[in-house]
Amino acid sequence: MKLKRLKIFVVALVLLCPVFVFSQVQERFPKPDFESGYVRPDLLTPAPRAAVWEYMDIFVLVAALSLATYFAHNQRSRRNIFLLMVFALAYFGFYRKGCVCSVGAVQNVSYAFFNPAYIIPLSVVLFFILPLVFALFFGRTFCAAVCPLGAIQDAVVLNPINVPEWLAALLGVFPYVYLGLAVLFAATGAGFIICQYDPFIGFFRFGADFNMVIFGFSMLLLGTVVARPYCRYLCPYGVLLNWMSRLSRRHVRITPDECNNCRLCEESCPFGAIKKADDETQPMKREGDVKQVAALLVLLPVVVIGFGWIGSRLDVSLSRLHPTVSLAEEVLLENAGKRTEMTDATKAFRATGKPSEELFAEASVIQSQFRRGGWILGGFIGLILCLKLIGLFIRRRQLEYDVDKGTCLSCGRCFAYCPYEQVRLGLMTPEELKELDRRDVRIKQFRA
Amino acid sequence: MTGKTKTNPVKRRDFVRKSLHVIVGLTVGGLAGILSRKSSAEETVWQLDPNICIQCEKCAVNCVLPHSAVKCVHSYSMCGYCDLCSGYLQPGAKSRDTGAESQLCPSGAIKRTYIEDPYFEYTIDEKLCVGCGKCVKGCNSFGNGSLYLQARHDRCLNCNQCSIARRCPSRAWKRVPASQPYILRGDESGKFREG
Repeated sequence: MKLKRLKIFVVALVLLCPVFVFSQVQERFPKPDFESGYVRPDLLTPAPRAAVWEYMDIFVLVAALSLATYFAHNQRSRRNIFLLMVFALAYFGFYRKGCVCSVGAVQNVSYAFFNPAYIIPLSVVLFFILPLVFALFFGRTFCAAVCPLGAIQDAVVLNPINVPEWLAALLGVFPYVYLGLAVLFAATGAGFIICQYDPFIGFFRFGADFNMVIFGFSMLLLGTVVARPYCRYLCPYGVLLNWMSRLSRRHVRITPDECNNCRLCEESCPFGAIKKADDETQPMKREGDVKQVAALLVLLPVVVIGFGWIGSRLDVSLSRLHPTVSLAEEVLLENAGKRTEMTDATKAFRATGKPSEELFAEASVIQSQFRRGGWILGGFIGLILCLKLIGLFIRRRQLEYDVDKGTCLSCGRCFAYCPYEQVRLGLMTPEELKELDRRDVRIKQFRA
Repeated sequence: MTGKTKTNPVKRRDFVRKSLHVIVGLTVGGLAGILSRKSSAEETVWQLDPNICIQCEKCAVNCVLPHSAVKCVHSYSMCGYCDLCSGYLQPGAKSRDTGAESQLCPSGAIKRTYIEDPYFEYTIDEKLCVGCGKCVKGCNSFGNGSLYLQARHDRCLNCNQCSIARRCPSRAWKRVPASQPYILRGDESGKFREG
């Protein structure tokens, strides 16, 4: 009797087995022995792109950066920069389909720093580092002619308007926020948002989400009047390049020789990156500004801590974008009986047989990472806001027309506007220039 | 010295700029050094683990390619060559034949060939396969599990953030070294395994 019961139990266990080992490999049917001489075909496993092409990408990057620098600094040729830009658009954009790219590499770097299990490919490291190194010595020549995202926007600049200074200052905060969020999301493993919301990658691949296609087209449409809107008001990598470029040893200048303040280049920059010379007849007033700067410096720690606190309070809502946290929330709802229908994700989780508590513990660790990250992100945004405001009040006497090293993309558009450049190219004799100078002085006197 | 810098503020600014340049340069160099220790010359590629996959059919529609890079693969070494194939035939199909109404595959990508009594060979036509995994589900539930999904690297663009991986409910996708680009089953499972 006892034996029979045991038999039933064993049979039941065997029958139930497939239910427990969900989607596990098992041989329910024996492998056949063929008598007709049939030979089993091989399973084909086409290899990924060979490693040689990875080195090719690195080589093209180095070559393009060097050429861009040479064209901008030595040749001062807008035409050559433009041609190189078209090549970069074709190679990094349409041929390589936008991956690997320096802008996205920011996230790989951040992910590699916080996730020891992730081994970052050397090519990605180089795509992240090399443009920064070049910017540190020669300015943002990467933006001018190598970045495919910049190139596709540069190609549609038709009738650029001047963005008002206050609006540019306001919009200029977005790249910092975007950079901070991208680093936070990559570091916690929530995903790569720069790649996800890349407006132009759909063009390179001839296909994307409908929403992203709309976003991409509107960016290009906006780009016809506001030159390179993504580069100036969104690009997170541009923030790092901006910092590097400000400290660059050599940076392109508008004039190859000296500036005579002729103002011919004044409207030549579609990106608003030309610093105008001050009117020398007007004395600079400083007292008011000094007071405001002092007040802002006092406020700085308060703002940083305040924004940090706000950032840390966003931990719950931000962490929901992490797949583990969102799964944990769904499982929690189901466990509490508040949701009856299981989602694909919870089904998959239940099939693994992992206890819910383990998942909840993982989720709370991620949430605390978001709290800490939120403090840093908020503080960073607060700091940037304060520094930007202080920057508005600090005025330095500008004696001549020059590029703003941070925002100048070294595209070379302004070169040809400078009469000294015309002399350098032999299109104008020095005598003609002197004549022009005298006339210009007369015009200035007339205006005064 | 201090007197000199005070009388010439431009020089002081230059000094600050130059020292910042050096500091930032060293930081970038240090960053590169740390990163190079965490890096390898080998690229990573995306692959899905068929042992975690739940065949939710999201692979078919979420790839950035118009025709998904995910296809069904067939481990012949595991296949039972059944006449009544639960990966090929609709559940409750009236007849065991190649008629469209009998087939589970929505795009007719599985070819059924008679080998010898009672065995049939099933092959995947990757040009037709959409990577939905309906056949995989059928084979896993009642068969040997010889059909399973894999990203095919002759098609995959290897995006930095795989658009399927982002939406995979079972989180079966991972970055794998380019030298071990497939996670296979059966006799082939050792083909790309480390060591």
